[in-house]
Amino acid sequence: MIEFLAAAIRIATPLALAALGGILSERAGVFAVGLEGMMLAGAFAAAIGAWATSEPIAGLLLAPLGGGVIGLAVAIVAVRFRADNMVTGLAVNVLALGLTSYLMRILASGGRPVSMRLPLLTALPIPALSDLPVIGPLLFAQPPLTYLTALGCLLMTLFLNRTQAGLTLRATGENPEAVFASGGHPARVRMLAVIACGAVAGLGGAVLTLQQVGTFTDGMTGGRGYMALAALIVGRWTPWGAAAACLVFGAAEAFELRLQSFGVPVSSYVVQMAPYLIALTVLAGLGQSSKLPAAIGQPLPSTR
Amino acid sequence: MSMMLDMRGIVRRFGHVVANDAIDLDVAAGEIVGLLGENGSGKSTLMKVLFGMLPPDAGTISFRGQPLTGHTPAAAMAAGIAMIHQHFMLVDAMTVAENVMLGWRDAGRLLRRKEMADRIRDVSRRFGLDLDPDARVAALSLGRRQRVEILKAILRNAELLVLDEPTSNLASAEVAELLTVLRRLRQEGKGIIFISHKLPEVLEICDKVVVLRAGRVTGRTSVAGASQGMLAEMMIGRDVTAPRPPMVASSPGPARLSVKDFLAPGLARLSFEIRRGEIFGVAGVDGNGQIELVEALAGLRPAGSGAITIDGHDVTRASVAARLTRGLAYMPADRGTTALVKTMSVAENLMLRDSGRPPYGHGLLLTRGPANAKARALMADYDIRARDPSFIAGRLSGGNQQKIVVARELDRRPAVLIAHQAAWGLDPGATHFVLDRMLALREAGAAILYVSSELEEVLAISDRIAVMARGGFAGIVPRGEVDPRQLGIWMAGRAA
Repeated sequence: MIEFLAAAIRIATPLALAALGGILSERAGVFAVGLEGMMLAGAFAAAIGAWATSEPIAGLLLAPLGGGVIGLAVAIVAVRFRADNMVTGLAVNVLALGLTSYLMRILASGGRPVSMRLPLLTALPIPALSDLPVIGPLLFAQPPLTYLTALGCLLMTLFLNRTQAGLTLRATGENPEAVFASGGHPARVRMLAVIACGAVAGLGGAVLTLQQVGTFTDGMTGGRGYMALAALIVGRWTPWGAAAACLVFGAAEAFELRLQSFGVPVSSYVVQMAPYLIALTVLAGLGQSSKLPAAIGQPLPSTR
Repeated sequence: MSMMLDMRGIVRRFGHVVANDAIDLDVAAGEIVGLLGENGSGKSTLMKVLFGMLPPDAGTISFRGQPLTGHTPAAAMAAGIAMIHQHFMLVDAMTVAENVMLGWRDAGRLLRRKEMADRIRDVSRRFGLDLDPDARVAALSLGRRQRVEILKAILRNAELLVLDEPTSNLASAEVAELLTVLRRLRQEGKGIIFISHKLPEVLEICDKVVVLRAGRVTGRTSVAGASQGMLAEMMIGRDVTAPRPPMVASSPGPARLSVKDFLAPGLARLSFEIRRGEIFGVAGVDGNGQIELVEALAGLRPAGSGAITIDGHDVTRASVAARLTRGLAYMPADRGTTALVKTMSVAENLMLRDSGRPPYGHGLLLTRGPANAKARALMADYDIRARDPSFIAGRLSGGNQQKIVVARELDRRPAVLIAHQAAWGLDPGATHFVLDRMLALREAGAAILYVSSELEEVLAISDRIAVMARGGFAGIVPRGEVDPRQLGIWMAGRAA
């Protein structure tokens, strides 16, 4: 049981970080379709940093940069030039896939991708707490990015609800005109939010390379960005809600893995479908009641 | 008296058009100044200059003894000028307190929610705004939302409030509340510029009035002793409030539109007839079944039971197209979405209904040449002020947009016209125009259903007046027997 829950948390962590980033973007009024590309770029940058220096910390520092670059691309195209959010997001996802795969081959200079073996971030047991029965090993003996995810949920909630900047960000997603009228700069807010989204989602990608897989392979995010997107909708654009949704998705995937290991004849494709099926079911159930930020996806007037 | 605001000789040109031609405007502390003028008279330009959104070409502004030149909107706000826009700049999904805190330095980088809520309650009590800091804006009436804007201005220490058409979206009870709040603000020594074209309100609340026409001040008077007719004359160069020549009682022709035992969702059972050459006015507070009635008649909503006939032909279940060929015309209230395609040209909007018939088209093809000629003729006839027929309809003023709708529907020489809020949001000149066209159509023998929440419009042109309440008619009276008190009781007593 503990193993099952641990697996759920492990699977949920990269999703939850990406979803946190997505919340910043969507609540500022820009659809976070580019999460997949941002995660992939973050995973790649983390791998390069850790590989070049043999220090996972270096990877950790580079990951937000990688994701942030994709975020910047979305910000420029979708906010500055007011292009369609969906198309822009999908385009950067394809771009990130191609770019990271290409760069991997350049690094190897032989046309074949290098095979990396990266040092992994190790678990940091918290003294005393980690000795608690059951929840100790489950919650308090995790690697650093998992702690960061939980902390991120807390900080993000405070940021959105308790700071002037968070209030302005939310208002930009609801009614940018109101922000402009009160002396703010909606375009600036949106651009910063999307870049920050990329940086945080990049850390989500780093979870995969630095904390779980230990290498980078082409397209290794494999749709996790889209799952994060589904999670933040199911979680109603709130940090804790999105994290909870990620845990549900994680549990579903962990459950399927279990079934397989017990020899229950389930195709691996069914396993891969399951979280999306849950997401679709939940979305259909929420239907119209899942209220989007009012001005999401709407370009700003050109004068603002 | 020392003036709070002193604008002198403001000139602003756009190309060769002079939008503001040497305008002077003073506002003293504790004074409400009405700024009157038709759309396009230069009111908005003057206010944009004041607020720093447009630099003037000449003239000076001084506010509380300090010159204001080359200022930005942020500087205007900081100096103590607040603009309350016609469309509220509020975030509907947020609470009153959050809206107040948005972009406000005093709220702190880390929001001081509790302190802010207390200050909101405090000001709300002092000015009689009756606002709860934790209420979500989406749940508030339009009148309350407007008071949130006023609250924001007061908390930000505004000394001069500019209210742009503040009553145009309010129900009459809310208008009264707003005026009470404004009187309170005046007592506290705030200066107020009240922009409007509704003369009765201006006379009721303002201390003095400045009237603009075509970029110039055409009148400047204290409200004491001023009359509506006098103001209207200053505003448009003629008196449109003067009683119209008594309507010639039209020869009672046969019924052209007849509605019998009609029932549909949102409506109580309705039976009425409108005869040849008759205008049947429907007054009442919005939301009492008006939209259900007109859309059912136009064929946009399914009929429940009963019968609708046009010139004796049953159209109860007929399609929209079939009704049109029977001679029905419909002018919807929301010209922005149902009546016009804003991104298309004037000519294209004019041909929307009849694009398959000459002169607009022939068979499957549009005939551009004749269609444009026709459009030009209609633009001249109906005084649609656009550069040419290919001008995009959405860029015209509301009055000119409505004239497109009027031209299109009336040019079809309808047997029956359903007009819903046909003069909504129009200035007196344009309203006058629309009402005159209705009367002309009546002369031509059509039956007209004129639905409006502006009682004055209904009274001005109707042969018979019905009041709608809760989906039915609370009462119907012929023109000669109208008792305003009775109408008021019908409207108020049973208004939703």
